[in-house]
Amino acid sequence: MSPDLLKLIFGRLGLDSLPLHEPILVATFVMVALGGGALFAGVTYFRLWGYLWREWFTTVDHKRIGIMYMILGIVMLLRGFADALMMRAQQALAFGGSDGFLPAHHYDQVFTAHGVIMIFFVAMPLVTGLMNYVVPLQIGARDVSFPFLNNFSFWMTVGGAVLVMASLFIGEFARTGWLAYPPLSNIGYSPDVGVDYYIWALQVAGVGTTLSGINLICTIVKLRCPGMTMMKMPVFTWTALCTNILIVASFPVLTVVLALLSLDRYVGTNFFTNDFGGSPMMYVNLIWIWGHPEVYILVLPAFGIFSEVTSTFSGKRLFGYTSMVYATVVITILSYLVWLHHFFTMGSGASVNSFFGITTMIISIPTGAKMFNWLFTMYRGRIRFELPMLWTIAFMLTFVLGGMTGVLLAVPPADFVLHNSLFLIAHFHNVIIGGVVFGAFAGINYWFPKAFGFKLDPFWGKLSFWFWVTGFYMAFMPLYVLGLMGVTRRLRVFDDPSLQIWFVIAAIGAGLVFLGILSMLMQFAVSFLRREQLKDVTGDPWDARTLEWATSSPPPDYNFAFTPVVHDNDAWWDMKRRGYQRPLTGFKPIHMPSSTGTGIILAGLATAMGFGLIWYIWWLAAASFIAMLAVGIGHTFNYHRDFDIPADDVIRTEDARTKLLAGVK
Amino acid sequence: MTVAVNPTQTGEPVFYLADEHPHPEGHSTSLGFWIYLMSDCLIFAMLFAAFGVLGANYAAGPAPKDLFDLNLVAVNTSMLLLSSITYGFAMLTMQQNKIAQTQMWLLITGLFGVAFISIELTEFAHMIHEGATPQRSAFLSAFFTLVGTHGLHVSCGLIWLVTLMVQVWRFGLIEANRRRLMCLSMFWHFLDVVWIGVFTFVYLLGVLR
Repeated sequence: MSPDLLKLIFGRLGLDSLPLHEPILVATFVMVALGGGALFAGVTYFRLWGYLWREWFTTVDHKRIGIMYMILGIVMLLRGFADALMMRAQQALAFGGSDGFLPAHHYDQVFTAHGVIMIFFVAMPLVTGLMNYVVPLQIGARDVSFPFLNNFSFWMTVGGAVLVMASLFIGEFARTGWLAYPPLSNIGYSPDVGVDYYIWALQVAGVGTTLSGINLICTIVKLRCPGMTMMKMPVFTWTALCTNILIVASFPVLTVVLALLSLDRYVGTNFFTNDFGGSPMMYVNLIWIWGHPEVYILVLPAFGIFSEVTSTFSGKRLFGYTSMVYATVVITILSYLVWLHHFFTMGSGASVNSFFGITTMIISIPTGAKMFNWLFTMYRGRIRFELPMLWTIAFMLTFVLGGMTGVLLAVPPADFVLHNSLFLIAHFHNVIIGGVVFGAFAGINYWFPKAFGFKLDPFWGKLSFWFWVTGFYMAFMPLYVLGLMGVTRRLRVFDDPSLQIWFVIAAIGAGLVFLGILSMLMQFAVSFLRREQLKDVTGDPWDARTLEWATSSPPPDYNFAFTPVVHDNDAWWDMKRRGYQRPLTGFKPIHMPSSTGTGIILAGLATAMGFGLIWYIWWLAAASFIAMLAVGIGHTFNYHRDFDIPADDVIRTEDARTKLLAGVK
Repeated sequence: MTVAVNPTQTGEPVFYLADEHPHPEGHSTSLGFWIYLMSDCLIFAMLFAAFGVLGANYAAGPAPKDLFDLNLVAVNTSMLLLSSITYGFAMLTMQQNKIAQTQMWLLITGLFGVAFISIELTEFAHMIHEGATPQRSAFLSAFFTLVGTHGLHVSCGLIWLVTLMVQVWRFGLIEANRRRLMCLSMFWHFLDVVWIGVFTFVYLLGVLR
């Protein structure tokens, strides 16, 4: 075939795009192929494809979509953490003339992929998954406002993850750092596919995130059960509301900034170039206008989880509910007024830097108020040190430390010394691991029995907890030290042998975290095997306070046979206290949305379009775009998207639960 | 929905609705669509900001004065404004359940939209012919992207309009179709508002600069 024809069909994709010369990647590919092949064969052998398609892939049930988000987050955590281990090992080894084991070309991809994956495909899915699962239950709703959109959003997130994973074995990923600053990320310095993978992975996933934000805002505003006024909403729902407002008000900025970067790369415009009037610093400003709210998008739901957990396991009403709500709202607003602290060194002058330094420090006030609220909730409570509570306490200690180094960095002169150093790396891992990751783990341990009807095994859970917490401190405290000594981030080799010991300690810490992750996987496996012993039939294993615990575990498709009516902040606690009797008769048919395959098809086409654009396979991009349009329009011709669960089915489900509950008493 | 949520009214606290009605179809659509429009508004806000930052960076290339033909832009603006009025007529006739007239007004709206896009493309072609390409300077990059994004939105609106006309033709002015027409109405007027911004900020102020 002529080269022109090949180019027409495959764009710039060729055999040399496969990283066959990189032994690490080949070995990884073999492992992934074996694992994936085994999974594929297993699903085929047990004839599960039909079941998966009908019950999971096409589902519009917010609970199942939530669980799928969590699975995505945990799977991607393994990938992102593998990158982390490689970096820690490289930095611990590359001393005294040694080059370590990662060539520069590969190392730069590893640290970029680590950041992108951990933020977009681990933290975001974990947070979105928990919100998706819990919020409708907490507000007494049967589903979200737009169930089809929810399914579509999830698959778009998966599409983005698929593109990032594809870059591992087909071509390469960006070598720019996780925010891909130009001019490095522009076509002149990054002519290969790496940055294009970055752009289209985030664009595809970003559509999903924005739509899911709109969906959850509408759900919370429109579908609260009778009696649940705004100031009676559980705090987790409040934080979810604020987070989704932040999503809708910030992800379009990311969309635009990446679109402009693509125009620079594909069309040759001059937004972020060094000549013809372009301005690279505009990119840095715009992306942090998205980026800083993003930090709060991740951490606010974690704050919500800690609020629920603290209150439940202290056996007390949350201290300072109103101030908690206002603190959340204030953080939401302030998060838009601090973006410049990410680049004080831009040279915007003392006045601008002072403004952003001060707004940054002000955020610590509502955050501190929250911290005191949690402490006062625990004060004189009967604290039960179950796993969610352990994670919460670890969070409170760790996050305060991370917050203080944050305030330190908010001082512009100090930031001039410490910016781009390992001190910064230590700081943001301190708040993101200590806040978001610990929060997600608290949430997983807390709501797992709700989702599956049995608790998670406490032994392996505690093991995981201690490995994670000690591993975190060992991995990141040395980085504070190194940062204060002036070591900058993203370095691959070092000259000064006196630094090595700190990197070795950090690597051991990363190893401990690895044991923590393995213990967590063990925890899931052991809990599944011991599910009969760990079983909970009451639906309320923690003696909790909010509405999601009023229904069975796992909840029926329709969540609540009758829509609850709420009188108090802690609605379920109030119901238990006042002798609520579960209704046993009078069930009616329940109106529910139907499953649809359109979401996964559209997202698949969007992913194919992204792949085509990355590799300049224009026919593929155009064809999948047209197909997307056709499928999308075709979907709007389907006017019958709901069905009724017959009353008989409701009666059968509820009677089964009545029997189970009777067995308990 | 009225329910006794105050336990003192009935004596016994009410903890669930024994007799309830499902949420009406499309209960959240207009709110959801509003929020979507606001997120879209943010996209334009960013493009306006980019134009604000880069709009004077001509890189020794052509400036607005050399490029913009305000008469043509005025005609173009009137196309879009008229299309908003005719869309309003379509909504009024929809309220009166007059299918044929609704379709006619939608068609007229669409024709104005097509006229708008055609004039815009002519303008672009003319500029590119003169050497004022998006690659020429940051000003032109920002100009083509902002105005082009607006044009792309109008084009999407046109596809949507045709789809809805087919759906009204096939299924009539049923509740779902009315809701969809309402959403497109919001979208269409929103694009009009954005265009006012483009006209003022890009063209008028550009020529003054």
